[in-house]
Amino acid sequence: MTRFLDFLALTGRGLISTCRTLGGVSLFALAGASHVVRPRFPFRQFWRHFVEIGYFSLAVVALTALFTGMVLALQSFTGFSRFNAESAIASVVVLSVTRELGPVLAGLMVAGRIGAAMAAEIGTMRVTDQIDALTTLSTDPMRYLVAPRLLAATLAMPLLVVVADILGVFGGFLIGTVKLGFVPQLYLMRTFDVLQTMDVVSGLVKAAVFGFLIALMGTWCGYNSKGGAQGVGQATTRAVVASSILILALDYVVTEAFFSR
Amino acid sequence: MTPFDRGAEWNVNQQSQITPKNGATPKIRLRGLRKAFGDKVVLDGVDLDVRAGHSMVILGGSGSGKSVTIKCILGLIEPDSGLIEIDGRDVAKLSPDERAAILDRTGMLFQNGALFDSLPVWENVCFKLLAQRRITRAAARDRAAEVLEQVGLAASVGDLSPSELSGGMQKRVALARAIAAQPDIIFFDEPTTGLDPIMGAVIDGLIVDCVKRLGATAFSITHDMASARRIGDDAAMIHKGKIVWSGPASSLGETGNEMVDQFARGEREGPIQMELRK
Repeated sequence: MTRFLDFLALTGRGLISTCRTLGGVSLFALAGASHVVRPRFPFRQFWRHFVEIGYFSLAVVALTALFTGMVLALQSFTGFSRFNAESAIASVVVLSVTRELGPVLAGLMVAGRIGAAMAAEIGTMRVTDQIDALTTLSTDPMRYLVAPRLLAATLAMPLLVVVADILGVFGGFLIGTVKLGFVPQLYLMRTFDVLQTMDVVSGLVKAAVFGFLIALMGTWCGYNSKGGAQGVGQATTRAVVASSILILALDYVVTEAFFSR
Repeated sequence: MTPFDRGAEWNVNQQSQITPKNGATPKIRLRGLRKAFGDKVVLDGVDLDVRAGHSMVILGGSGSGKSVTIKCILGLIEPDSGLIEIDGRDVAKLSPDERAAILDRTGMLFQNGALFDSLPVWENVCFKLLAQRRITRAAARDRAAEVLEQVGLAASVGDLSPSELSGGMQKRVALARAIAAQPDIIFFDEPTTGLDPIMGAVIDGLIVDCVKRLGATAFSITHDMASARRIGDDAAMIHKGKIVWSGPASSLGETGNEMVDQFARGEREGPIQMELRK
């Protein structure tokens, strides 16, 4: 009986803790996002983060997309050739990249690079009293630290995914034409024949959602970090793990919303 | 005339509290302030008055509740109960805008400086003025140079990053940031901690000069007795979350209060017993 009660207590504590965290994150997101449309939005901070996320993540996202497109073409060829479906390679590459791989891989790359940096920077500010200093300097930390990062990541991610889409398709094209012997014009024709606006739009919507999530997890984990260097390290790890898992989970939700019949 | 003579309209009772006479309103008034973190009671009914235009120093050992007191007054921590009045107004009953207006009139020097790493020194110094849009960026550079000069730093320091400064210079920049918006209440959280005695004396001197120049009310916390005597008009001692003594800072060391005198002399034996573990 005692063991059963202990089990119930443990389950209850876990449930309450989960609800508290979910509520806390939701209120945090609302408070941060509300400052985007309120007066005195810090555009200078927004621009700084937009450049950091959008411009300085270009190389890592571009390389990831390029090699993913190349691998995808190669793998598709070796697989599809077993049942004489090599002609579908261009279609598979473009649909996979625009719908799934572009936004998801770009999201995971940016989560590792930017989510971690946000959590570390804000976490360090928390443990060195810089966030309290902001308050004493008549500045709402949510307005100054959180809102510009949320907006910058939400807007920069779709732009990165456009680049990822182009380079991913280009990677497939490169392998298809140079290594696998496809006629370039035919490969491109098959690519654009199958591509629809919704394929690209769904990927860009995913990118915006992932961008918001990455910034939300980075700022939330950093803002609530405790202790010294160890606390900041834990916040950074939490931010990357949480945003990566949420990207994969919400990828399914958005896909379901766009393509389920 | 000692700094304390300025408080002629006040009664000073060295065994209990500095209390107002003739109904004068204290700049800051704390009554029954309580705050606990879980089972740990940090503030256990703090009563304190800070006279307008005077410098109050709160003394106490590590973990005695000094920093929590200051954070409660600034609204960085919500107290569990008790009264905090600034200029006679209960801050708990103020609207967010009214609270913001009070913060606009305050400055704070944090123990470790808390300078923003991502901004150059001049932007740190004029952060509040820029945040309140009271000044253009061009004017802020000039204002920063002026304030840096007041704390003994060259204008060229304004272009450096906080990480390029020594500990003493960071304290000076933090002091410049605290006074740049010309506040009428300034809080100092252990202003000399981590500095050598000479630099500590220099920072204390700057604090006294700045506070006098602005005609501000100063509220400092420290466990540095020399610093407390230099910057304080009034002093109070906090122990286990309660104010156990208050009186003129000039009397520290010969107050007749066993706790204060033990603390002032840094003796192991006495009514204050160090809790090694709780």
